[in-house]
Amino acid sequence: MRDALAVSSYFGAVLSIGAYAAGMWLKKKTNLAVCNPLLIAAAIIVPVLLLTGISYDEYMKGAQCISYLLTPATVCLAIPLYKQLALLKRNKAAVFCGIASGVAANALTIFVLCILFRLEHVHYVTLLPKSITTAIGMGVSEEAGGIVTLTVVSIIITGVSGVIMCEKLFKLLRLEEPIARGLALGNGAHAIGTAKALELGEVEGAMSSLAIAVAGLMTVVVVPVIGNLI
Amino acid sequence: MKYVKEAGIIFGMSAAGEILNQLLPFPVPAGVYGLFLLLICLMTGLVKLEMLETTGNWMLDAMPIMFVPACVGIMDSFGELKSVLVPFLVIAVVSMAMVMGVTGLVAQWIIRRNGGKRS
Repeated sequence: MRDALAVSSYFGAVLSIGAYAAGMWLKKKTNLAVCNPLLIAAAIIVPVLLLTGISYDEYMKGAQCISYLLTPATVCLAIPLYKQLALLKRNKAAVFCGIASGVAANALTIFVLCILFRLEHVHYVTLLPKSITTAIGMGVSEEAGGIVTLTVVSIIITGVSGVIMCEKLFKLLRLEEPIARGLALGNGAHAIGTAKALELGEVEGAMSSLAIAVAGLMTVVVVPVIGNLI
Repeated sequence: MKYVKEAGIIFGMSAAGEILNQLLPFPVPAGVYGLFLLLICLMTGLVKLEMLETTGNWMLDAMPIMFVPACVGIMDSFGELKSVLVPFLVIAVVSMAMVMGVTGLVAQWIIRRNGGKRS
């Protein structure tokens, strides 16, 4: 049985979709933010793989057709962005200043917390790109001498926790403007946050997509400058 | 054939993005290049929204699930993560909240200030 599943080219995909569906069901049933479908899916899949002894690579044989779609899906973020172009032009000051201050806040918070936790240089540069999308973040981390796999882990933790906490955070800070919410999600929780922003609305989705691209590029410039502070 | 054509355009943009990613020296992922290529094509009218909207919206709708494999991938890096797990968790969550808060508040402040001026 294990071998039959391990060589299957669809098992990983079916497991991923099934686990995500279970996560969506649980989210609907409990209405708890912690029951994030992504988190639930991982919490189901990892034990299944460990129990059956199927390795991550064997799982990925089937699951890669799902991650394969991530690039075209990112391309499709142009659709909401195009539809909201007029709104974007009208609010360019807010968009640009919002994203830039978020990028600065990211760098400052990580710098301070790394000092508090007495982390070394290598962990500091590993964490710096954690709020941007994986593909850019990996490059930035590598360039700065960070541990790329850990950067990916911190990017995922950031995205999932962002989606879990965003609604509480928006309420607490009285963030009501769709533009501001979208920018916050894209800037704080990159593509995972953008997927959530699209659920909130088209304006949120468009602004979030834009924030991914702009914040990503700003971070590329900022990290080499501040990377040697620790 | 409608959906095939739509997927063809989207995959075409993705492939063009990949080529740019290979040719240009910037650390910009293929998807982000493709995003801007498609945006330019839409703005210039080279591609019409109707030509890819159905499949495009399907992909956006399915986007959250595409992160599942990456999440599961954490299990492969767990060995490295163990020694720094607590600081990493704290730093990731706290800085995420800071970035979201600062970004949203600054943007909202500017939007409302400008809106106030107009009215």
